[in-house]
Amino acid sequence: MKKLTKIASLALSAVLTATCFAGCGAGGSSNGSSSEGSGSAAIKIGGIGPLTGAAAIYGQAVKNGAEIAVEEVNAKGDLKLELKFEDDENDAEKSVNAYNNLKDWGMQVSMGTVTTQPCIAVSAETESDGMFALTPSASSTDVIEGKSKMFQMCFTDPNQGVASAKYIKDQNLGQKIAVIYNNSDAYSTGIYQKFQSEAETEGLNIVCVKTFTDDSANDFTSQLNEIKASEADLVFMPIYYTPASLILSQAAKMQYAPKFFGVDGLDGLLTLEGFDTSLAEGVMLLTPFTADAKDEKTQSFVKKYNEKCGETPNQFAADGYDVVMAIYEACKKAGITADMSVEEIGTKLADTFTSPDFKIDGITGLGMTWSKNGEVSKDPKGMVIQNGVYVGM
Amino acid sequence: MNKLKNLSKYAATNIKCYGMVIVAFAVLYPMLQAGLISNKVSGLLIPICAYIVMAISLNLAVGFLGELSLGHAGFMSVGAFSGVITIACLNDGMPAPVKLLIAIIVGGILAGILGLVIGIPVIRLRGDYLAIVTLAFGEIIKNIINCLYIGIDDAGLHFSMKSANDLNLAGGKMILNGPQGAVGIEKISTFLAGVLLVVFALFVVLNLVNSKTGRAVTAIRDNRIAAESVGINITKYKLTAFIVSAVIAGMAGALYAMNFSTIAAKKFDFNTSILILVFVVLGGMGNIPGTIIATTLLYILPEMLRQFSDFRMLIYAVVLIAVMLATNNARLKDLRARVSAKLKTHKGLNAESGGKGDVSNG
Repeated sequence: MKKLTKIASLALSAVLTATCFAGCGAGGSSNGSSSEGSGSAAIKIGGIGPLTGAAAIYGQAVKNGAEIAVEEVNAKGDLKLELKFEDDENDAEKSVNAYNNLKDWGMQVSMGTVTTQPCIAVSAETESDGMFALTPSASSTDVIEGKSKMFQMCFTDPNQGVASAKYIKDQNLGQKIAVIYNNSDAYSTGIYQKFQSEAETEGLNIVCVKTFTDDSANDFTSQLNEIKASEADLVFMPIYYTPASLILSQAAKMQYAPKFFGVDGLDGLLTLEGFDTSLAEGVMLLTPFTADAKDEKTQSFVKKYNEKCGETPNQFAADGYDVVMAIYEACKKAGITADMSVEEIGTKLADTFTSPDFKIDGITGLGMTWSKNGEVSKDPKGMVIQNGVYVGM
Repeated sequence: MNKLKNLSKYAATNIKCYGMVIVAFAVLYPMLQAGLISNKVSGLLIPICAYIVMAISLNLAVGFLGELSLGHAGFMSVGAFSGVITIACLNDGMPAPVKLLIAIIVGGILAGILGLVIGIPVIRLRGDYLAIVTLAFGEIIKNIINCLYIGIDDAGLHFSMKSANDLNLAGGKMILNGPQGAVGIEKISTFLAGVLLVVFALFVVLNLVNSKTGRAVTAIRDNRIAAESVGINITKYKLTAFIVSAVIAGMAGALYAMNFSTIAAKKFDFNTSILILVFVVLGGMGNIPGTIIATTLLYILPEMLRQFSDFRMLIYAVVLIAVMLATNNARLKDLRARVSAKLKTHKGLNAESGGKGDVSNG
């Protein structure tokens, strides 16, 4: 017995030491996410996003979408790309650590980070390093403010708030509007603030505004009761899909059925495990991407994504795909090669992205262009959930 | 070694602590200047310094005062945000190290004031109750900062608890934007400043612990009734230790915030308090050198495990459990004692000065 424990403890400590040393010697080894672009020198793209934790679904989707794009590009053969994706747990501090890891790996172009707060921290780093970065989904204006080489693939938060208010007004979707948002979250608060001011100028009648925080995102009955009492016929939810799913099911339980209107954070609702998708019936959202679009690019992407991951891609996956494709097109146009320095690539790519004749037809929008401050210009699409799928409206 | 043994335990701890920090600094700093350190490691240096200071601060509360504080991240966030506001108010022409120093001092003072305010009710409680109340205060601080909007323009600082629009800023800039936190912070923290802050924290805590006050504090920890019976003013000494702990935590917060271009109140939640508590518990309660080592290792570990991608945090947890079991295992402790005793007698024989085998050093 004594001998056994001795051997066990020895083995355990050996494993521990081994992991420590294996960790130290990292660098070259890939993360399971790098693709096979090693023949000729490949341009190294680094991605960061939450692969674990509460926001993991976004990071995973972007990673998968980007991997599909890299495979497609490498199959074409005119440019080699190599992708490495690191986890940041949706935390600014870990994100900067992940960025430094990627720099050691030799990253030349960054695809930013997936979520907003980490991206603000990382974009300060990429800017001081002169690295080009294009984020798939970090939507705050703080991400791009004052940075010359930081670009966004998604709408900015103010744009989403303004677009939502306009859309509701133009389509005459509701007379009495209630809002429920997460006031401990930058994304949610950012959209709400712009929605509120735009709603005032548009003359929308907001009857009730309710908030919750990350810590109280389990029970919404009191908020829903007040919203119900205010007789709102449309509830605007600029929030992520997890609390939204609870709101929908709790509203259904109290037999309250207004129209629900959301933004891109609601994307992912239909793929949430254990969520009864019939509850989402009739929910409207503004998003740049729908998996049931009929164009060839979207169809082929959805098919590949289904084969690879066994599920229908959401908007984040499409953003990830488009980011890699946009970087690829820009690299081709600017004549980027793998032996150029980070600063050189950064300057050339930023010039290409802001040049007036650079347009990308992606799966999240046609004819996308970028302004000097890094904002993308594309049209949001209104979607409604019918029979468990998104349908354009 | 023999000299060390003849010194008091206090001096030995001091030499170990300062020696460790100074050696680490002497090795790393020239390498950093020469660019010999990878980006990964150099990016970790300042957060490690901040967390070491946090752990030293918490060790004062948990290890020496013997009260489980679960709201230490609250003090850190007060220091962080007051530091950020201070920097924004300071004149641009000022050199960065002076700005950083002022920010750290202001962060420390404000956290200390908060420590006093919270300490007065909290210190009257004991054990589990104190833990729960500190936890609650930590969450309260986080939630207050979450709905705090602060901006600055020519007229001075503007505060609001409602929304950014209520600030009525005439030009100027937002410093703290509610849940979105502070963005565009000047990154002025340096490794040198971090090491200096660690040394300062060590200086304060080690001296405090070995002063009359410190002995009173540990006496209260060991036996409250006995301490009270010999006339020790329990509230006064507990409050002193608690406030010192808060001040140091606030300073760590300011250093931490100036290393990132953005921070949000969300970061300083319950999980961060627990993370620091894990550093302290694994390093040893009341064991300052152990805390420094544990903090460094445990902070680096998740970064070193990145290649395991999805299993990273799982392995991290397994390592934590393994270390906890291994350090507490009676057999392993016995083995370690025997090995160190053997080593010492061996050395003693070589030096021909019969060492008595001081085991307590391990």
